Amino acid sequence: MPPVVKYAIAGFIVLNVVIGLVTYVTLLERKFAARMQSRIGPYYVGWPHGWLQPIADALKLMMKEDVVPTAADRWVYNLAPIAFLIPCILIFATIPFAPGLGVADLNIGVLFFLAVSSLEIVGLFMGGWGSNNKYALISAMRAVNQIISYDLPFVFTALVPVVLAGSLQMSAIVDAQRGLFGWYVCTPLGLLAFVAFLVATLAAENRVPFDILEAESELVAGFRVEYSGMKFALIQLAEYAHMIGTSFLGALLFLGGWLGPGADRWLLVGSVWFLLKAMFVFLVVTWVRWSFVRIRVDQILAISWKLLLPASVLLLMATALMVALQGPRAG
Amino acid sequence: MPDRRAPEASAGAATAEAKAVRTLEIGYGGNERLVMNMGPQHPSAHGVFRAILTLEGETVVAVDAVIGYLHRCHEKLAETLTYVQYPSIASKTDYVSAMTAELTYVAAVEKVGKIDVPRRAQYLRVLVAELQRIASHCLWLGTWCMDMGGALGGGATVFLYAIRERELILDLFESLTGARLLYGFHQVGGVRYDLPEGWAATCRETVALIERRLFEYEAMLEDNAFFLVRTQGVGVISPELALDVGVCGPLARGSGIKYDVRTAEPYSSYEDFAVKVPVETAGDCYARYKVRMAEFRESIRLVRAVLDGLPEGAISSRPGVKSVGQVRIPKGEGYTRVEGARGELGCYLVADGGPKPYRLKWRGASFSNLSILPHIIPGCKIADVVAIMGSVDPVFGEVDR
Repeated sequence: MPPVVKYAIAGFIVLNVVIGLVTYVTLLERKFAARMQSRIGPYYVGWPHGWLQPIADALKLMMKEDVVPTAADRWVYNLAPIAFLIPCILIFATIPFAPGLGVADLNIGVLFFLAVSSLEIVGLFMGGWGSNNKYALISAMRAVNQIISYDLPFVFTALVPVVLAGSLQMSAIVDAQRGLFGWYVCTPLGLLAFVAFLVATLAAENRVPFDILEAESELVAGFRVEYSGMKFALIQLAEYAHMIGTSFLGALLFLGGWLGPGADRWLLVGSVWFLLKAMFVFLVVTWVRWSFVRIRVDQILAISWKLLLPASVLLLMATALMVALQGPRAG
Repeated sequence: MPDRRAPEASAGAATAEAKAVRTLEIGYGGNERLVMNMGPQHPSAHGVFRAILTLEGETVVAVDAVIGYLHRCHEKLAETLTYVQYPSIASKTDYVSAMTAELTYVAAVEKVGKIDVPRRAQYLRVLVAELQRIASHCLWLGTWCMDMGGALGGGATVFLYAIRERELILDLFESLTGARLLYGFHQVGGVRYDLPEGWAATCRETVALIERRLFEYEAMLEDNAFFLVRTQGVGVISPELALDVGVCGPLARGSGIKYDVRTAEPYSSYEDFAVKVPVETAGDCYARYKVRMAEFRESIRLVRAVLDGLPEGAISSRPGVKSVGQVRIPKGEGYTRVEGARGELGCYLVADGGPKPYRLKWRGASFSNLSILPHIIPGCKIADVVAIMGSVDPVFGEVDR
């Protein structure tokens, strides 16, 4: 079998797994939020506990009328959901779900992830601009501001495990975290980096308290106010895919990926561990989302440039210094 | 080809006509400005409020407030309905705290007609007014946090918690009057219903529960740095400005003006309860939040005091209603005012001796509070507009009438 075909098949499988996962993560989030708000959440579509709800939502969105505003820039408007979705799906290419289980375990995996995930801003801006709506325009402006500001600390904190492990390859970083308390989150520098990573993640994913792009009480729905039907579904899919991808990255870099009891014996156990850790990161982000209020655009930029960026640069420099002085296992 | 951007041009023309109260000059120049409509259909319009914002980037440089989308000819309607019929319509002026509006109207009728109200009825009026204030502040807290925190974020969590508490009070009102929103509890000369059996005990349990839950809200909001940066120093109303514009209620008290109709001009035997008036001096959104949280506790204390001291006796000085034209009051005019949840609610009544008023004028607290917006919004960011709007707590039924 030529490698191209092999990669194509692997890519197809991962794509479908990701889409299925994204669909059901929305249900997980809704149930989790409902518990926080002393509600029940989706219940009626499918027994038990509304497990068919995501399918019903997807069907509903597919059947909705697709409205394009007359004043929209049609090409940009129609391309934006795709331009937004592609980078959000591509980030899964380098993620290994268990040793050797993934599309491509590149030797620059982390770099690839960071580079591709920052491309989502193009789609966001296209959507905001192409809609020719004032709310969407302001949202696009905010998007550029925010995502550029938070990609830098995001990259710097993600580089802390890279420096500790001495490799940009995802599987090598996981292997470096073997042993009792070997996960980078258990080391002091790693813990600080993990917290900063979570904050940057919130902003990069546009979750409350950093969801000023969507800001439905100010900008109605921001850049996606004019989207409906399947295009809206694609945007939603891309957002959740990005969120899961970042949770996977967090689990790989800080929580030891697939490491756990029985993971070395059975491949499947390893991927289950990995999934559980990723869901933990996802639920922490969700927990923050459902308990904070949104902050203002100038405050978001101030947090990034005055606090998070210097802190993450210092953290990276401290890590580099430790590694240079004591060798890679310094932490 | 027709100009598809015509609606925007007309919005600009409306701005020019309406003339903003205050325009901030930042220096981008006029052609860098963006005119954006917020409302009347908008997630944080609190009903149907239209604000035409002139923006320079994220900063609002001018705002025109457009009201009138909920005008229902309330004052004219009052001239066509008898004194027996109108109290249940009066509750629709401010549908979030309907008890207060009813009370204002019947108090005006009683003042002009010199009708006595039995002591028990006066105490019951205080009881429902204070419960209504708690319910109204619950809705304010929830919607305000939802404005700042988003329907898909922490704001919605606070909203659902607050609504849960409001429901408990509506349950109390339902067992008292049979209605959950518009009650028809007050009538000229007293109140229509006495407390059902066991109601007082349920009421005590409910306010005790709400008192405990208030600590939860405070823990969730005041220990939250993001909530503090969104509210502290935002939308500052100086005491001078507050007096000039004539804001009332929690807005004035948040700006350091110790004024409350319940103590300044006690009505319905409020003089028996020694109402404590909370005052904050900062004048920002956070000060208004603190004032309202203190009012929650004060209202709970008053509810308990009323239940403790409830006198026996009749609940109305007039016989039960037999016909709609039953109440006739002599020629005269008078003005009564009541401290509602949003501030001073006034009612000016002119009677001509018949069964219907000759003329009625409402003074809505939300209306005068809303007129502060063009003074404090220019210079704020867009996100502050919704925070300030929420802290003003307008109800558009009361603004437009």
